[in-house]
Amino acid sequence: MFILKILIRNAFRHKLRTLLTILGITVAILAFGLLRTFINAWYGGVEASSASRLVTRSSISLIFHLPLSYKDKIRQVDGVKTVSWGTWFGGVYIDEKNFFANFAVDAKSYLELYPEFLLSPEETTAFLRDRKGFVAGRKLAKRFGWKIGDTVTLRGTIYPGNWDFVLRGIYRGRNETIDETQFFFHWDYLNEMMKKRGSARADQAGWYMVGVTRPDRATEVALAIDRTFKNSLAETLTETEKAFQLSFISMSETIIMAIELVSFVVIIIIIAVVANTMSMTYRERIGEYAIFKTLGYRGWRIAGMIVGESMIITLIGSFLGIVLTFPVAGIVGKMLSNYFPVFNVAEEAIYMDLAASIIIGLIAAIVPTYRSVRIRIADGLRRIG
Amino acid sequence: MAPIVEIINVSKSYWRGNRAIPVLVDINLSIAEGEFLALMGPSGSGKSTLLNLIAALDHVDSGAIQVGGIDITALSENELAEWRAVNVGFIFQFYNLIPVLTAFENVELPLLLTGLSRRQRNEHVEMALRIVNLEERMDHYPAQLSGGEQQRVAIARAIVTDPVILVADEPTGDLDKVAAREILELMDRLNRESHKTIIMVTHDPRAAEKARVIRRLEKGFLNDVHSQDPH
Ligand SMILES: Nc1ncnc2c1ncn2[C@@H]1O[C@H](COP(=O)(O)OP(=O)(O)OP(=O)(O)O)[C@@H](O)[C@H]1O
Ligand SMILES: [Mg+2]
Repeated sequence: MFILKILIRNAFRHKLRTLLTILGITVAILAFGLLRTFINAWYGGVEASSASRLVTRSSISLIFHLPLSYKDKIRQVDGVKTVSWGTWFGGVYIDEKNFFANFAVDAKSYLELYPEFLLSPEETTAFLRDRKGFVAGRKLAKRFGWKIGDTVTLRGTIYPGNWDFVLRGIYRGRNETIDETQFFFHWDYLNEMMKKRGSARADQAGWYMVGVTRPDRATEVALAIDRTFKNSLAETLTETEKAFQLSFISMSETIIMAIELVSFVVIIIIIAVVANTMSMTYRERIGEYAIFKTLGYRGWRIAGMIVGESMIITLIGSFLGIVLTFPVAGIVGKMLSNYFPVFNVAEEAIYMDLAASIIIGLIAAIVPTYRSVRIRIADGLRRIG
Repeated sequence: MAPIVEIINVSKSYWRGNRAIPVLVDINLSIAEGEFLALMGPSGSGKSTLLNLIAALDHVDSGAIQVGGIDITALSENELAEWRAVNVGFIFQFYNLIPVLTAFENVELPLLLTGLSRRQRNEHVEMALRIVNLEERMDHYPAQLSGGEQQRVAIARAIVTDPVILVADEPTGDLDKVAAREILELMDRLNRESHKTIIMVTHDPRAAEKARVIRRLEKGFLNDVHSQDPH
């Protein structure tokens, strides 16, 4: 109790200096938290991906489609539970800048395979019953003000023409990491139209999504699937959903590394600032620490006072920074919602904030602590007066 | 009476670059229990240095210092800290109170190192503040007290643990005449009524008058004893 009293009184002896230091820490922790959140958002899709799902695509490129007949062959592979498939539609809603992911899927198996998309039973039935129906994520529907029953027209880019879809369901994510901006409709509908037009794209799937019986055997199953289509006209590449997602973002790995670096530089800078504050404080208090020693206080108690003061200042600043991270991330997330479907402050980012603040508080106190423990009382007392 | 402090062949030098500057040369001194001793001498003669050695704030180069039968020159840094907390009360020229603590809390500081309960601590602190006649000011911070009052708080802090010896380095050096007299009377009372052994460094002949014994330090050497009849 007493120690806390003296720590707090000491910490706020120079109010302006302490407040400025706290402000600096707040801003640094806020920046750090946002950068970590940004990095998390970047890997968001990866984190939400399931270990029990595989993605099979053309081994050449995603642009090349696979025959629909593969679905039965994949289903026969040992360890496969569910098979679904989809095709990237790439439609534009009114204007190019309204970008969102939209694709055709085999509806029934897709919903089965992605239980993290929560849809009411009524909506599910309505969607499955309507050939032209589509389902949108909650955020997407909110963004454009779509309501159940609304007709939404997409302008095809890969598949020419105007396509009308009717909103039959709005899904929610099971948790915060789930992308709520998707738009999916019936692959059968798309395929029917392709057949009607006599398109070469008929009876083709962009990729297959495969649910396995046991996640620990996922790699094995993936190899077995690829083996099945070895030396066929369209060889496949099967990987876990995670690896699939990663292959999209790995090209920007360098940017992420740069951001990561910056986030740590921010912490290093604030360490220097806090360390400077603590050194100034220490220089002014050498005499007082000598008095404490005179009275019989040992080095570790003095060290406790310095580290404690450094910690109090740092933790107040960090607390404010962490609290501010949520609303600020909310604003930034809104601004970037086209690029990051999920931009939430991750638990992990908060842990890193806390770790960073403890490190700041400790490192900043190292030099003053060392000096105060080392200084001889007689020398310390001489500085008074 | 038996000596409570025994200084035997103590020498101390400071190093300036690679040159040793002798400050105390072969000092021998014994101080009886209940003594009130004044150490006088010109500035730079080593008074503070000697006092710091007696109070175990600094180390001797050679020789031994026994206080209450314990050779403090043989103790480790941690043992010394503990020893100081129990055995020595300090009074400094600049009071050396902790500015963020109230008078009460300043006096309580040495007691926090003891096993005393909160209630016992409160009793001790109140008693010490009563002795220096500052009970009403116990919630004041040092900045709200006059120099003389601050020095009285410092004295309360020095006596609150009931130490074996009190050391004072120019306790009136920063005070006006009236305040200085109050402080000296207080120390005199502590010596007479509570039989505290007091070792006081001073420049002030009037301060020295209160002491029973005056010793002069001159260029690191201790001169002969001047006993004086009090008043
Ligand atoms: N830490 C130190 N390093 C170097 N020299 C020191 C140190 N401490 C004291 N001295 C020197 O030792 C000598 C004695 O110092 P001391 O403080 O004991 O004198 P003093 O008699 O108390 O003087 P004053 O009356 O001015 O307080 C002085 O010349 C001083 O400069
Ligand atoms: Mg001196």
